[in-house]
Amino acid sequence: MNERALDRRSVVGRLLRGRGDALVVTGLGGPTYDVAAAGDTPLNFYLWAAMGGAAMTGLGLARAQPRRRVVVVTGDGEMLMGLGSLATIGADAPQNLAIVVLDNEHYGETGMQLAHTGRGVDLAGIARAAGFAGAATIRTDAELQALARRLFDPGLLFATVKVSSETPPMLLPPRDGPYLRSRFREALLGPDAHK
Amino acid sequence: MSRSWPDEIFTELKAARIRQVAYVPDAGHSQLLQRCHADREMHTVSLTTEEEGVAMLAGAWLGGDRGVLLLQSSGVGNCINMLAFNQECRIPLLALVTMRGEWGEFNPWQAPMGLATEPSLVAAGVRVYRAETEDEVAETVRAAATFAFQSYRAVAVLIAQRVIGAKRFEK
Repeated sequence: MNERALDRRSVVGRLLRGRGDALVVTGLGGPTYDVAAAGDTPLNFYLWAAMGGAAMTGLGLARAQPRRRVVVVTGDGEMLMGLGSLATIGADAPQNLAIVVLDNEHYGETGMQLAHTGRGVDLAGIARAAGFAGAATIRTDAELQALARRLFDPGLLFATVKVSSETPPMLLPPRDGPYLRSRFREALLGPDAHK
Repeated sequence: MSRSWPDEIFTELKAARIRQVAYVPDAGHSQLLQRCHADREMHTVSLTTEEEGVAMLAGAWLGGDRGVLLLQSSGVGNCINMLAFNQECRIPLLALVTMRGEWGEFNPWQAPMGLATEPSLVAAGVRVYRAETEDEVAETVRAAATFAFQSYRAVAVLIAQRVIGAKRFEK
């Protein structure tokens, strides 16, 4: 692992600083804790399982809320399990969806086993081939800054951010499913959440 | 002449205010899929595998849209882990499953999921309704949609292979 690799917590903090009213979906494990560390809000929907489903959750949400920016923050292992969803989303091409993969090239939640991303599999290349024009791999502060500037602009976006495999302190957001979905819907839909 | 059961399903989906349709193509659903694709108020998405649709429709509902998952029985096996999303979060799911591997099946490789579809869904916390005849399809879909979206539960309607007609391989 590159010892100068970006720190995942500060990456997420910088990317979400300008989120405004964007909706954020997280993939299970580290990305859920990282997004919570950047600031818990009802407009975060944390997945605690459903591995491989984060990007597709983002697609359904983006289609239901075309005026809102939807950002999926997930891990490389989670994205690898849902590779087909990149083809589905590339073909459907919603213009209000961004997928950011925090790629530490390992399965951090289960004992740091090496992932395919650590063996040369190029998620951004796969995303580009699936229809995410301009899908990028982010390795430096300057590239991260450029990503932060365009993350909330209109357009379908995919970026994989190479981060250190160091595990930051655990920060547990709420994990009770009915609570998470009700607070999210109430914040987004108001009284319609209960119709 | 009476309307066909796929047209009746379409009418029920419109009445239930379904806005997103996720599917893996299946011959039994082909007529319904044409109707959904042609409808301007429905956003219809073709999937690479069925569990994508489970996650997509959970996201849709979080955002205020109702959806339906169209699949065949073999695809139910692909969905099992993703259904934890619905069960734990009490997020509605309406799934319409065309059955293979039961009535006059020619392809023996369809037999395992033909048998496993209903118990797998039940084990994953999904309510299962069956439509055994053409006449039962519309009212079963209606009841399933009401249960799913009013009671916040995952419901699957299994449309019997007898309704669809066994696929013919003999040339």
